[in-house]
Amino acid sequence: MLEQQLFNALSLGCVYALFALGFTLIFGVLGVINLSHGAVFMVGAYAAVEAMTLLHLPLWAGLLFSFVFCGVLGLLIDVLVLKPLRARNAPHLIPMIATIGVAIILNNGVQGIFGAQNVRFPSSAVSDDAITLAGLHLTSVELGIILLSFALMAVLIVALKKTQLGRALRAIAESPKAAYLLGINVEGLFYLTSFAAAGLGGVAGVLIGLYSNAVFPLMGQPILHKGIAVIILGGMGDIRGAMLGGLFLGFAEVLSVAYIGSTMRDAVAFGLLFLVLLVRPKGLFGTLQERKV
Amino acid sequence: MEWFDNFWAVYSNLVLTLGTNALLALSIYLTLSCGMLAMANAAFMGIGAYTSALVTMNLGLPYPVALAAGMAAPGLMAFIIGKPTLRLSGVYLAMATLAFGEVVRIVVLNAESLTGGALGLNGIPQSTEWWHVGLALLLTVAVLWRLRRSRVGRAFEAIKEDETAAGLMGIDVGAHKMLAFVLGAMIAGLAGTLNAHLTFFIGPNEYGFDRGVDILTMAILGGINSLFGPILGGIMLTVLPELLRGFKDFRLVVNGFILVLIVLFLPKGIWDPARFRQWFSRSSRKGAAA
Amino acid sequence: MSKAASISLEMQSVSRHFGGLKVLQDVNLAIPQGGIFGLIGPNGAGKTTVFNLITGLLPPTSGTIRFNGQDLAGRKPHQITRLGLGRTFQNIRLFKEMSLLQNVMVGMHAHLGYGAFGLLASSGLFRSEERRARERARELLSWVKLDHKAHETADNLSYGEQRKLELARALATEPKLLLLDEPVAGMNSSEKTELMHEIQNISARGYTIFMIEHDMRFVMGLCQEIAVLNFGRIIAQGGPEAIRTNPQVIEAYLGREDDEPVSAAAQGEQA
Repeated sequence: MLEQQLFNALSLGCVYALFALGFTLIFGVLGVINLSHGAVFMVGAYAAVEAMTLLHLPLWAGLLFSFVFCGVLGLLIDVLVLKPLRARNAPHLIPMIATIGVAIILNNGVQGIFGAQNVRFPSSAVSDDAITLAGLHLTSVELGIILLSFALMAVLIVALKKTQLGRALRAIAESPKAAYLLGINVEGLFYLTSFAAAGLGGVAGVLIGLYSNAVFPLMGQPILHKGIAVIILGGMGDIRGAMLGGLFLGFAEVLSVAYIGSTMRDAVAFGLLFLVLLVRPKGLFGTLQERKV
Repeated sequence: MEWFDNFWAVYSNLVLTLGTNALLALSIYLTLSCGMLAMANAAFMGIGAYTSALVTMNLGLPYPVALAAGMAAPGLMAFIIGKPTLRLSGVYLAMATLAFGEVVRIVVLNAESLTGGALGLNGIPQSTEWWHVGLALLLTVAVLWRLRRSRVGRAFEAIKEDETAAGLMGIDVGAHKMLAFVLGAMIAGLAGTLNAHLTFFIGPNEYGFDRGVDILTMAILGGINSLFGPILGGIMLTVLPELLRGFKDFRLVVNGFILVLIVLFLPKGIWDPARFRQWFSRSSRKGAAA
Repeated sequence: MSKAASISLEMQSVSRHFGGLKVLQDVNLAIPQGGIFGLIGPNGAGKTTVFNLITGLLPPTSGTIRFNGQDLAGRKPHQITRLGLGRTFQNIRLFKEMSLLQNVMVGMHAHLGYGAFGLLASSGLFRSEERRARERARELLSWVKLDHKAHETADNLSYGEQRKLELARALATEPKLLLLDEPVAGMNSSEKTELMHEIQNISARGYTIFMIEHDMRFVMGLCQEIAVLNFGRIIAQGGPEAIRTNPQVIEAYLGREDDEPVSAAAQGEQA
């Protein structure tokens, strides 16, 4: 049923959008393609599951814990790995390679600690409720995902557009040096962005873990690849593009599964990406801003 | 010579894998030396592996034909996607080639009748002898060595430093990038062919993102300012998992740490001729002063 | 046809717009073979854009550019270089991690006669061409008095030396027309005098030179003919004397905040 598929697509797309947002924030503000974002996403899911299982926390607390835990993780990654490379003025593909190393550490570390098998959220914490609205079967989990995602996205958009903080971040995205000369605390905002983006990624991980009820060490990898596809499709560093791109991908995937078959589902993102890059290297929304150092 | 026979019985696979890994590292060295971060070599390796395996298994043709096919197929593929893809630069090129790699993996996964899908191909004739690998490595190094010392090598380096200026010196930048890309793909395909006929089983997951990252790590680890660097990187990344067997699941964690530490502290890789020259001149100056 | 009558480079009604911004408007230039031709004008007049159009980095919005009679439209930069146009850059674009010798040898890329087969087989042709390239590179370095540093990394050179290296590299492309973009920017007066002599020597060897420069005295001392660009339009063209006394030129420079051109123009007037 098309409407049902669309609803599923919406919740999936929301998660993709959240993930892409964190990814894009880091690229826009720090100028780095953070390939450990997928691993952070995965850590977020594990953090919530473990917190809820071991400490018997309710879902909302698990989400909050995940946000903070991953935020700190993101901050650590920035301070330990990205910051020294910033100080050295390394060409921008170098930090990307370093984040690949971080991802390997996180992915395999988690696997070593928790094993490769699927882990599930404690069933007591996750409700099975569903409501039936206009013939659609809407689970509370999916509704929750959609509502939370839109809430977070709204907060982000408002913060970026209307607050002083947001203006400062946009200034840094244009040119860190100019922002610094304007008296903006660039380094501090780098830390804040790393924290917030990683936190968002962690939350997205929890949401996907709820959506598919599967948490496993390599869950971040396909999401990372799709996130890359999304932000390129949406234009790198473009917040709007990341959100719309994520939502679009959710729809494209679900609809392709419904009408073409599930085996090629993962190829949708990349096929699209590849085609778009050939035709419009700047993505659908991006203007290829050469970042002025 | 008995110790050698014993050694060989246990470690022949490792040594031969060392060779194919060195080839893979050299394949990405080629595109890196041109300033391109192209992450498609794992996919090209896979294309070479599957093509050659099908040639020997389904067509029953002799090994040399498979070797040729295993190089020609990825080379052709590289030429086809190169035209639109190589216009991209930096990050976009890296992402596009990663995306291409994923598409290949998924296509292989789904073309079950031809590739065996997720189960892969089993029973590939183990035609690879030690001298195949040795010869392949020798020829590749010889070709790349000569390339480096010619106007092509200078052109690559010029393109890497400043594409626009290189073009204005009369260098056809597009053609040179394509050359690096296609040649790199062929070398990766050669490695894939040799590897497939060594391990007699191949599956789609061997040629995905993880392999691509491994290849990049080998080159970055060893250093891309000389031909020996990638080879050293290949050796180290092959031997390291053996040394780290005790760590079990955590040995890949060590890999990750190594990558991060190298990027942070030895950005030009381990084998950096310029750094060596600095050491030598510094120590000779000290020696003269003493 | 006498030497003076043949035209090396011709720009006819060339315009270049960036969106609403008209960087160049209806530029007409005819650069004769042999000799040194100068293009001057206040900052932002569009001088480097002229070079970028000629070398194919940008397409003109309208108009034609002809080099030795051939229309350059649609040609890629490396093709234009191979036709005989060599160039230096305003903000030095050397290959910093390569040696001086290698930098100059890169310039010879298009003129080496071996292909892939010769390269792989290490044929006699490959070896002799490489030897020829090395010798020629050394020769060009000696023209700019840098041959003693042939194996040093380009990054280690002083600013003035880097500009000289760029000159040698541009000469390696065997240009029929040499485009120099602000060749003495940032140099002190003794370096400028030295470079002036070197450019004169190069001109004497038969190269046609087309130069963009800010330093009025430098331009007046070297060029036989000068064109003046202001706000994207050519406002004057002629010999040094005619340009120096041209009221529109003086107004173009005096009307600006730039200190350098004003004092240079004033000095030019007094000289």
